[in-house]
Amino acid sequence: MDLFAYAPAPESRDVVDIRPSYGLFVDGAFTDGGGEPFKTVEPATGEALAEVASADAADVDRAVAAARRAYETVWGPMSGRDRAKYLFRIARILQERSRELAVLESIDNGKPIRESRDVDLPLVAAHFFYHAGWADKLGHAGFGADPRPLGVAAQVIPWNFPLLMLAWKIAPALACGNTVVLKPAETTPLTALAFADVCRQADLPPGVVNIITGAGETGRLLVAHDGVDKVAFTGSTDVGREIARTVAGTRRRLTLELGGKAANIVFDDAPLDQAVEGVVNGIFFNQGHVCCAGSRLLVQETVADEFLERLKARMATLRVGDPLDKNTDVGAINSAAQLARIADLAEAGEREGAERWSPPCDLPGRGYWFAPTLFTGVAQSHRIAREEIFGPVLSALTFRTPQEAVEKANNTPYGLSAGVWSEKGSRTLWVAERLRAGVVWANTFNKFDPAAPFGGYKESGHGREGGRHGLEAYLDI
Amino acid sequence: MTSDQRVDVRKTYKLFIGGAFPRSESGRSYPVTGAEGGFLANAARASRKDVRDAVVAARKAFPGWSARTPYNRGQILYRIAEMLEGRRAQFVAELRDAGLGKGAAGAEVDAAVDRWVWYAGWADKLAAVAGNANPVAGPFFTFSTPEPTGVVGSVAPDGPLLDLVSALAPVIVSGNTAVVVASEPAPLPAITFAEVLATSDLPGGVVNLLTGRRAELAPWLAGHMDVNALDLTGVAETDVKPLAEAAAGNLKRVFRDPVRADAEDPGTARMQAFLEIKTVWHPVGV
Repeated sequence: MDLFAYAPAPESRDVVDIRPSYGLFVDGAFTDGGGEPFKTVEPATGEALAEVASADAADVDRAVAAARRAYETVWGPMSGRDRAKYLFRIARILQERSRELAVLESIDNGKPIRESRDVDLPLVAAHFFYHAGWADKLGHAGFGADPRPLGVAAQVIPWNFPLLMLAWKIAPALACGNTVVLKPAETTPLTALAFADVCRQADLPPGVVNIITGAGETGRLLVAHDGVDKVAFTGSTDVGREIARTVAGTRRRLTLELGGKAANIVFDDAPLDQAVEGVVNGIFFNQGHVCCAGSRLLVQETVADEFLERLKARMATLRVGDPLDKNTDVGAINSAAQLARIADLAEAGEREGAERWSPPCDLPGRGYWFAPTLFTGVAQSHRIAREEIFGPVLSALTFRTPQEAVEKANNTPYGLSAGVWSEKGSRTLWVAERLRAGVVWANTFNKFDPAAPFGGYKESGHGREGGRHGLEAYLDI
Repeated sequence: MTSDQRVDVRKTYKLFIGGAFPRSESGRSYPVTGAEGGFLANAARASRKDVRDAVVAARKAFPGWSARTPYNRGQILYRIAEMLEGRRAQFVAELRDAGLGKGAAGAEVDAAVDRWVWYAGWADKLAAVAGNANPVAGPFFTFSTPEPTGVVGSVAPDGPLLDLVSALAPVIVSGNTAVVVASEPAPLPAITFAEVLATSDLPGGVVNLLTGRRAELAPWLAGHMDVNALDLTGVAETDVKPLAEAAAGNLKRVFRDPVRADAEDPGTARMQAFLEIKTVWHPVGV
């Protein structure tokens, strides 16, 4: 039973206007697609929201040609100062329309409104604002006096942070003087298409940003296209491998931001309540649909029992349900396919001998949902300790010494992120130094900022996004 | 028979793995000839197993080498330059055997020593140039710093010495460990260079040198799941694609240097290609 009864506090859907069908945004205009249109579904209800065009090979050709033309005639020759002004405009329009876009994101993706409103949208606008400032200062970024853009960038993004991943891709590409063809994920195309309208409101020259929708085949056509100079992908490691093979031996530059299986390490001297909050945020933020999610809890044996007890008590207060309810902590799983994958891995966890626990939790009758889940007694060999689940499932392991913690944390082909919880500064830095991961959060987790580079070691990908380092991905150096 | 001419003691050219000089486990060798076509020596013809042994040695050496202070790595690299300079005459002779004229051989050795000294000085400056604090919008101290990517597999170009130096120094200066396939036509100076490394306080396994057939060895290096990055500078244009495809298996960083080894300023791209940027966050508060 709830300690407190919460009345529903739904955010109004009136601010969004979802059309029955959407086209491709190519060369500044919405056009039909040659492929079979598909439906985007609202994860919280399982019902179709809109029909979306699918780009075929001819559409990809058209989009790449438009981007090439815009690169050669407008965007390439334009001064950095003027490019900056367009990006500042976009940042401002995103701020102005942030509530609309947040609601649309929550409807199409299933993430809680509190998150899309307070995390995603502010970061989206900040990303454009930050990179706008770089556009006329690239000669000071440490990549030579007058670094040149690459040309046309093909960008394929995932469904977990649809608009934020778009911002991570488009803002630096445009700031550095490239034009883009971007493909959003097939389950979450709506905010990218709304962004096309933002570009129009900003009077961005046609062809600088092209948004083409479609499934995996559209993405394959785009990254394999001879007319692009750069491929940027965020998504699963398996698809990343396929793209790396496609791009192998060509002149196309490649950056990849792929999967993760991050360790969140809690030492016995950590402030336990703060660490509980951090661990909860690390794995249940965005339903665990986060490549850098802290999906492996490594807790020091001496405090494991106490910590897990507090963690369970905290998990019992998580509110799972309507993404548009402002009280919701954990929203809907993005798709039926993802739900099936999470359920499959959770079953494997039980089968392999780990102990499964979830708080009592009423899940809505329709839509895609998965209760926050904790596995204890997990061995490193278990699938739930090795494979990316990409859902609200935490695998808890224990350790005795800092050396053992580091060894277990690094015992994965991934290397995107990690967390350390300790009040001892020297120990924190010692551990942070040894973790083979691109982002280390100490006494915090899942913090993002356009000024801080993000990206992985090992099989979590190539290159960085954000900060000064992120510019390198879009410059010819 | 009488003769006042002494019969010289010739060197057996072997591989350099884990700080030791083993023969190829395959027992194979191949004849190396000089510019005139005359026999110089038999070089070891390394096998797939030798590649694997070299990767194991490089992986084992990685934690220690990457944990050395940059100052210490810089000192060891400088020591390598000292040892190289000390053997100047030997290298000039070997380069002349490999077909270089007297002036060219001397110039190549000088350039190799100078390049090595240039890289030695980078060890404790790279993080200052490639890293920075991140001005984030919140109460956090955030910094990004470069770290070595791990085990780097390199296929060195044909050049006997400067190409090798240019492939090796930028890899190990930042704390990576290396497995290098040496020049196929002129492998002997590479093995003599290994003797320089072996007497320079460079920990065993940081550099592992293989001689043999590039086409035979490169695919095993490219497909090895415990190699983090691949330098294909010494590979023919047409061979890049299959090797880069094999490298995708564990998403190796693939690099191919467009800068000629004899460029006046090699730039930092080759060092940066084998770095990872780590971003660390910590809250600020009382």
